[in-house]
Amino acid sequence: MNIELLTNTQVQSIDGDPGHFKAKVRQLPRYVDISKCTSCGDCEKVCPVDLKSEYDEGLATRKAIGRKYTQAIPGTYNIQKSDPAPCLLACPAGLNVQGYVQMVKMGKYQRALEIIMEDLPLPGVLGRVCPHGCEDACRRCSVDEPVAIRDLKRLAADMYDPRDIVIECLPQREETVAIVGSGPAGLSAAFFLAKKGIKSTIYEALPQAGGMLRVGIPDHRLPPEILDKEIQVVTNLGVEIKTNTPLGADLSIDDLMKDYKSVFLAIGAHKGIDMGIPGEKVNGVVQGVKFLKEVNLTGKTKVGKKVAIVGGGNVAIDVSRAAIRMGADEVTIVYRRTIKEMPAFEEEIKAAQDEGIKIRFLAAPQEVIAEDGKVVGLRCIAMEMGEADSSGRRSPIPVPGSEFEIEIDQLIPAIGQRPDLSSLENITGLEISRWSTVETNDISFATDVEGIFAGGDLQTGPWTVIGAVAQGKEVAESIERFFDGTDMVVGRDPIRYDDPQYRPVESDEPLMAREAMPELPIEQRQGSFKEVELGYNEESGKKEASRCLNCSFCCECGECVTACLAGAIDHDEVVQEKEIEIGAVILTTGTDVFEPDKLDEFYLYNQSPNVLTSLEFERILSATGPTEGHLTRPGDDKEPEKIAWLQCVGSRDTNNCNNGYCSSVCCMYAIKEAVISKEHAPAGLDCAIFNMDIRTFGKDYEKYYERSKEQGVRYVRSRVHTITEIPETGNLLLKYVTDTGEIVEEEFDMVVLSVGMEASKSAIEMAKGLEIELNDYNFVKTDEIAPVATSRPGIYVAGVMQGPKDIPYAIMEASAAACSAGKDLVEVRGTLVKEKVFPTEMDVTGEEPRVGVFVCNCGINIGGIADVPAITEYAKSLPNVVYSEENLFSCSQDTQEKIAETIKKEKLNRVVVAACSPLTHEPLFQETMKNAGLNPFLFDMANIRNQCTWVHSGEKDKATEKSKDLVRMSVARASLLEQLKYLSVGVSNPVLVVGGGVAGMTAALNLADQGFPTTLIEKSDELGGSARQIKKTWKGEDVQSFVGDLIAKVKKHDQLEVLTNSEVVDAHGFIGNFETTVKVADEDRVIEHGAVVVATGGQATDTEEYLYGKNPRVTRWHDLEANLEKYPDANSVVFIQCVGSRDDNRPYCSKICCTASIQQALEIKEKNPEANVFILHRDIRTFGDRESIYQEAREKGVLFIRYEKDKKPVVTETKDGLEVSIFDPILQREVVIEADLLNLATAIESCDNKSVSSAYKLPVNAENFIMEAHAKLRPVDCVTDGVFICGMAHYPKPIGESVAQAQAAVSRATTVLTKQTVEVEPIVSEVNTDLCIGCGLCEATCCFSAINLKPVEGQGYKAETTSALCKGCGACSVACPQQAINMKHFKHEQIIAAIRAGIAAS
Amino acid sequence: MTEKYEPKILAFLCNWCAYAGADLAGVSRFQYPPTLRVIRTMCSGRVDPLYVIEGFKSGYDAVFVSG
Repeated sequence: MNIELLTNTQVQSIDGDPGHFKAKVRQLPRYVDISKCTSCGDCEKVCPVDLKSEYDEGLATRKAIGRKYTQAIPGTYNIQKSDPAPCLLACPAGLNVQGYVQMVKMGKYQRALEIIMEDLPLPGVLGRVCPHGCEDACRRCSVDEPVAIRDLKRLAADMYDPRDIVIECLPQREETVAIVGSGPAGLSAAFFLAKKGIKSTIYEALPQAGGMLRVGIPDHRLPPEILDKEIQVVTNLGVEIKTNTPLGADLSIDDLMKDYKSVFLAIGAHKGIDMGIPGEKVNGVVQGVKFLKEVNLTGKTKVGKKVAIVGGGNVAIDVSRAAIRMGADEVTIVYRRTIKEMPAFEEEIKAAQDEGIKIRFLAAPQEVIAEDGKVVGLRCIAMEMGEADSSGRRSPIPVPGSEFEIEIDQLIPAIGQRPDLSSLENITGLEISRWSTVETNDISFATDVEGIFAGGDLQTGPWTVIGAVAQGKEVAESIERFFDGTDMVVGRDPIRYDDPQYRPVESDEPLMAREAMPELPIEQRQGSFKEVELGYNEESGKKEASRCLNCSFCCECGECVTACLAGAIDHDEVVQEKEIEIGAVILTTGTDVFEPDKLDEFYLYNQSPNVLTSLEFERILSATGPTEGHLTRPGDDKEPEKIAWLQCVGSRDTNNCNNGYCSSVCCMYAIKEAVISKEHAPAGLDCAIFNMDIRTFGKDYEKYYERSKEQGVRYVRSRVHTITEIPETGNLLLKYVTDTGEIVEEEFDMVVLSVGMEASKSAIEMAKGLEIELNDYNFVKTDEIAPVATSRPGIYVAGVMQGPKDIPYAIMEASAAACSAGKDLVEVRGTLVKEKVFPTEMDVTGEEPRVGVFVCNCGINIGGIADVPAITEYAKSLPNVVYSEENLFSCSQDTQEKIAETIKKEKLNRVVVAACSPLTHEPLFQETMKNAGLNPFLFDMANIRNQCTWVHSGEKDKATEKSKDLVRMSVARASLLEQLKYLSVGVSNPVLVVGGGVAGMTAALNLADQGFPTTLIEKSDELGGSARQIKKTWKGEDVQSFVGDLIAKVKKHDQLEVLTNSEVVDAHGFIGNFETTVKVADEDRVIEHGAVVVATGGQATDTEEYLYGKNPRVTRWHDLEANLEKYPDANSVVFIQCVGSRDDNRPYCSKICCTASIQQALEIKEKNPEANVFILHRDIRTFGDRESIYQEAREKGVLFIRYEKDKKPVVTETKDGLEVSIFDPILQREVVIEADLLNLATAIESCDNKSVSSAYKLPVNAENFIMEAHAKLRPVDCVTDGVFICGMAHYPKPIGESVAQAQAAVSRATTVLTKQTVEVEPIVSEVNTDLCIGCGLCEATCCFSAINLKPVEGQGYKAETTSALCKGCGACSVACPQQAINMKHFKHEQIIAAIRAGIAAS
Repeated sequence: MTEKYEPKILAFLCNWCAYAGADLAGVSRFQYPPTLRVIRTMCSGRVDPLYVIEGFKSGYDAVFVSG
């Protein structure tokens, strides 16, 4: 309630100062109402759009609606959309092409038609004759060929009768419209007017309706019955068509204007254009449009034997194909340009040629040759394409002297049409263009005469059918506005998409040939007007539709809207810009993963399916992943026998990519993947990790590494330089050089690339916008001593946005950032906190149980499988049940309110909801109980979804029976439930910090700064801890001045008391209420406090190895610095790493030593570049951007020699110095180094923490570091509530991490200290002291010290529960031989009742 | 006895792990026989041996404790 989550949101800008920022954010719509969505997933099931699942790294698909993964927060669904698809934008009528194509893919033809008919009443007609500009725009063209969109539209209309589609029309209004012309424009206008409730009458001059569709297109292309059917779609809406009723003598515009409020002129362009050559009026010359009209209306016309047609458009082709069908022997088309320029459809030209029609390209008619007034020939001239003119277009020019004649007996010019304006001559005020078209407003299509509109070919000149349909729709909108008296133009400008954003076309999109259109065999076409294109069948239609790339992601088919019974989906949501007032900002935007495409030539990532990234492999191992956790390789689903991991792909690499840092996490995850793979796969799986160094520097990581070796994971120290794929097997051949210089070739089934992290591009952009400094690698720049502060005050950073790190450290930083932000806002703390108020609770103690049962359908998740009405009815028969009902969604807001009402009305005192899981939904229903004035513990859930219908979906009857049983068990238990009160314990807000090092002081200071009285206890006599020995951080910051500053601030803070020479002796109490006894200089003092931060620190160990303590030239850690002064002539310095770390005694990495030694080595080199400096190590572990100083050291000549655990260096004393001998694995020989000085990086161990860990009952690990509550998710919480840990008491760590962890501990502690009281769950044990015999078995059993024996006068000992410590596990109850202990809310009798009720009484 | 023998199983599942696991099995739509009746406890440590006996007494063929 106090966290507002804005998903799909980007920060635009942040202005202001700490405490008073204003952030501008832009939230993209999710198209799903979070408050209504119940995450039932019904929408996902019907969504037709398959997209690559980002969560599954593209190895599986997801839908356009969905959630990234099951545990996503919020768990509600989300629709992914982008700009309108190019097919939609290319369509003059704006059809939702993607939508209906997807519906055809799913075989949902009715829905496809519904989508089409939103914008087009003639689906079957356009499915045949549309020039399909959409296909030219189709982005599939860039892969292979466009999707056959037109043919899919036709399939929809073939499979479902468009007349059966329900067209929603508004109630009819009074005004009526006359439409002149029943072509596509007129029909379309009538259709859309009808939808708006406006009745229209169409006046048609010809004996049949349809305009050019009827008379301009021959039947073999558009069968008349199709047209008739779709005209009926329009007339079924009440539109009347008066045929044989031309405008003219009998019907004037004035007549129409008398009877109708508006007139739409859509008379088309039916007049053929003359060629303008001599002789074209002779007998045997007929205009193409006239020829087609006769054929189409009467089925006959005069056809010659040798026919020539002039023109190159669809009319010319139609005429030619009609002529051949009518019996012409020889048909020739004369066209003056080449086939490339021919405007007719490509498929039509081809079909004509197939049918034997000749086309003379580059020929123009010059004269009609006639004999006896009858045509006998045509004189033509050959043309050639001239130079391109200024518009880039090449015009044909005649070739002089190339005249030729062709012998013909009929000539049909088809070079174009224009409107026949004779019927419009009498309309005054109508403006006519020079192309004989009517002038109108571009948007409204209103003419200059009020109430008269014009559209279709009459307005545009000859254009497409779909263009006419689109205009008809626009005209309908204009007429409605005209009737309403509103502006006809406002808000109708077409939206432009200059740079539309679409789903990217994948480079590996598989090629799929366009489905061929089946055609009538040529031999059957002669003399027949049977349709030539036969249409797809279902199978090829679905296949063709599946070629669609879903450019817009969501196809807006609306299936989800229908499926969502909760009504949560709203496709009309829009972007929201918001300004938010905030006090502080924390950036946690994460990183990108390195994309190995960049290194494809080495790693074959794009070329071989069996080369995967580690994240892809992670998904393969996951039970919820694409293979459900079954380890197979994507290339051929074969179970691999050998897998190789290649480390440092995109990390520690400045040659192939500019990522000079170590990504810190890859070694651990590769080991984890190898171990899990071995667990998943049959015995004998060979896992090899190719590495330069293994960097397992985190807490308990080294042990995991060692264990993996025992489990057989192989480690090969080599960077693989070449991978080749073996084509026969798909296996991969790795070529690498071993330590000894041997070249090895090894074959693997699978290669996993351990890809590193990379600063995310969007984060870089945002950081720049917010003026936040980035480091060399574009991660957010921070100081080592202020690890979460960005360069801009009040803005903090946490997680991998700051640099690569693992989960525990990211979480720690998040808490640290919260601490820093909290400090900025101390003064206003709590002022905006919202708290919910509930009505007073009714006491139902002693009342007879009145149980109400609410059975949820969960959409169809439960109700689709189990018989919910039967369960509901059954519930009524159960004892104590007084009410039961079923709900569509019990968890929806309105049902919640209804349940609360029912509780009151029916006087229910127990409630059972049979639905999903109490783990997710119990709190919600308990809140409903509280809203109804009932105690929330009088509630129980029967889990009939997750544990019934979802897992028994094939056994509906049994699922119903099981549901009844579960309800019966729940009712039995509910009848015995008792009301419980949350126990509230007051919190004292002083706080204790144990340990005065950097971590302890940082924690104490941050706590005191936030106003909490703080006591800092330090066992030595001075503050500073181990940091006192360090001069500089690895980034070069002065540690002594930082520590000095800290000490000064700590000492003078008025909220902070420092107790030196002090130690914790004992502690009692629990979260919010601790009492700690501290021994201060031999005196015991009791401190009361609400929380404690443990920062007892760590220290470098002593050693007896390598002559330490025996020879003055051998030093440890920072003692070297003094020795360098003592031996000013020292010219050869050797460092030995891992002295006492990573051995059997201390099987952990001390984390900081590699960086520290390299730092010292660099300082020596800086002072004396001639000095010989050697670092003898086992792995160099300069994690994160510490890698840069490792690189620098190598560049400056520091020599690194690796040794194995069992081949340690040997140090001997010489006359004037030391000799260090070491086996060099590269030279494969013993090397002897003469050393003036030797420095040992001895292990870091935990300082003595015994008294603290026993006082607060804190478990420690085998190496004595205090354990956290959860290694990954609660890295600074101790197992004991109210106790927090930081610094080296937790694990060795650099100063920066100690500071961050201290801040994190403070943040966690403030969650306790800021409260007046803490609420304690009432599910705790209670002791019946009458039965208790004081045996103490309970005390011995309890892991939490929550039940203890207390002396009771006269009765010996009796057990007593400390509720605040009790976790409710019930172990004590089971241990009690007297059954004296019961668990509240899980009482014996409640459990027994449920057990017994589970078996149906027969 | 014409029907296949299907043992009725009583399950005690720990609220924090096994019960959550059973929920996840649902989310993942794993199918298993519908003969299990689940009782949620706050810990498998809550399962008194008496409950196991009570289960058998009530007519279950098997008792499953998971946590």
